[in-house]
Amino acid sequence: MMVQKTYTRFFILLSLLLLVLVCGNISLGSADIPALEVFNSIVGSSSKSSWQYIITNYRIPKAITAIIAGGGLAISGLLMQTLFRNPLAGPFVLGLSSGASLGVAILILGAGAISGIFGTFLLGPWSLVIASALGSFLVLLAVLAVTLKVRDTMAILIIGLMFGSLTGALVAVLSYFSDAEQLQQFVFWSFGSLGNQTWRGISIVSLCFFVGLLLSIYSAKSLNALLLGENYAKSMGLKIKKNMLLLILATSILAGGITAFVGPIAFIGLAVPHLTRQFIKTSNHFVLIPAVAISGAILMLVCDTIAQLPGTVYTLPINAITSLIGAPVVIWLLVRKRKLIF
Amino acid sequence: MDSLSQHTVISCQDLSIGYQNKKKVAVIASAINFSITQGTLVALVGSNGIGKSTLLKSLTAMLAPLSGSLQIDAKEITAYSSLELSSKLSVVLTEAPASKNLTVLELVSLGRQPHTNWMGKLTQNDKDIIQQALEDTDLASLKNKNCFELSDGQLQRVYIARALAQDTPLIILDEPTTHLDLYHRAAIVKLLKKLTVEKNKTILFSTHEIDLAIQISDKMLVMTPQKIAFDSPCNLIKQGAFDVLFPNEIVVFDKKTGRFSVT
Repeated sequence: MMVQKTYTRFFILLSLLLLVLVCGNISLGSADIPALEVFNSIVGSSSKSSWQYIITNYRIPKAITAIIAGGGLAISGLLMQTLFRNPLAGPFVLGLSSGASLGVAILILGAGAISGIFGTFLLGPWSLVIASALGSFLVLLAVLAVTLKVRDTMAILIIGLMFGSLTGALVAVLSYFSDAEQLQQFVFWSFGSLGNQTWRGISIVSLCFFVGLLLSIYSAKSLNALLLGENYAKSMGLKIKKNMLLLILATSILAGGITAFVGPIAFIGLAVPHLTRQFIKTSNHFVLIPAVAISGAILMLVCDTIAQLPGTVYTLPINAITSLIGAPVVIWLLVRKRKLIF
Repeated sequence: MDSLSQHTVISCQDLSIGYQNKKKVAVIASAINFSITQGTLVALVGSNGIGKSTLLKSLTAMLAPLSGSLQIDAKEITAYSSLELSSKLSVVLTEAPASKNLTVLELVSLGRQPHTNWMGKLTQNDKDIIQQALEDTDLASLKNKNCFELSDGQLQRVYIARALAQDTPLIILDEPTTHLDLYHRAAIVKLLKKLTVEKNKTILFSTHEIDLAIQISDKMLVMTPQKIAFDSPCNLIKQGAFDVLFPNEIVVFDKKTGRFSVT
């Protein structure tokens, strides 16, 4: 696809905004730490060791998680909107997050059944990621299989919702039979949280993010072709099955991997691609993928900063904030444009 | 040019088309024989439900032939990989592209996909071909518009430009004149004619505009329940091919004017 103008300026602006927000996000929080001390903590010469601890072991990991979760979910939303030819597609809407929940629920709640050492081994960060990614992969595969039969874009959303309810019901059954401690663990996970990540956990999510990002960039040309629909794409020499498989793999690694660590987070995947399209007038995925990734990171940092309620001791669940911001954004876009285009 | 135009681009021998699954075979049409030489404009006509779309799907490799031979450039269509075929044959489908947010230039540029690297990077040569395709379809002034801003007639030209950018000797169009008024229908068919004459493209299009097709196309494929006739419009009129196109209690074909009229 022809890039008529370079988007260098747009990307520089976006990156600067991201940088400012990272600084803001790290500086603000429940503990009131002066800006200079924040900087000192990062370079490792803070006057108070508690501040140093908060910055390096809590706020910086949280900011990194926010960037990766926001960017990754936004890319997965973009991929799904093109793949399903549906502007309302997103990891939450199409039941990917529910699939991930089911995977995690089976792991956490089912681990009780296999008690002892084996049970605790099962709950390592890798198994969480694999269970979650596998859950979303299976749901995505099922949705895709049905969409190949039913070629109606509205039907896809309904099918996604149905799969969401179905997995939700299975999770409810699992919860009913599990004991209080495991249930509590699962409920906390399902609230969604960017904080309390270990460095090991962060490196695993980052790995998922980069694998997903590379697969998406590799698929960008076929995504561009898919903008014309499957038949046109095929007539231009695209191997449809192989490329669709790559795309759902990328989507489930991104959405599944991230959901495993931060819990189901709504609206980032759906809203960010549309917001990004307001600022750049191209459908070229080679431009859209990085743009959407940075925008997703920016929106997630904003949501996280708000969730911290700076200056207070309270922290709101991140999922509530993304919905509070995301839902009005989608409604506003729909009302203003009367139609969502992708 | 003369020797080139004798080159056979597409040929069918005893072709039978239809749908097949594990349980049963539904034959839509059989004993199809025709061959189209380079630089010919061919119109495919027939009443609704006769199998025009099925024939086009078979000719564009979206549907495998049931039996018989279907060759493009003297090679069986089933022997092509989709990438190889994409440099022989481009299509204009009735379905609208999934996304209308593309600009005209972006959509037309997508036609270069079979020829570009994994990043879809356009060389100067690609850009020249795209520019030429835009000029041939009179779209150069609209190239930065989004597709949702265009009229149906302009959109149809955009799809044709994309097929031109794909730079294939053969272009197959499925009902390019539907939803258009008389002026724009004629404009599209004239554009197709111009491309066969000036660019030596071979173009096959299905249409319900039989009058228009008789006037302008070089050859016509007339699908009736009995058989599929292939000849020049004049010969087809003489043979009475159009008389059996529709049940004749409502419309009849007038051989003198080459038009249908309501009885």
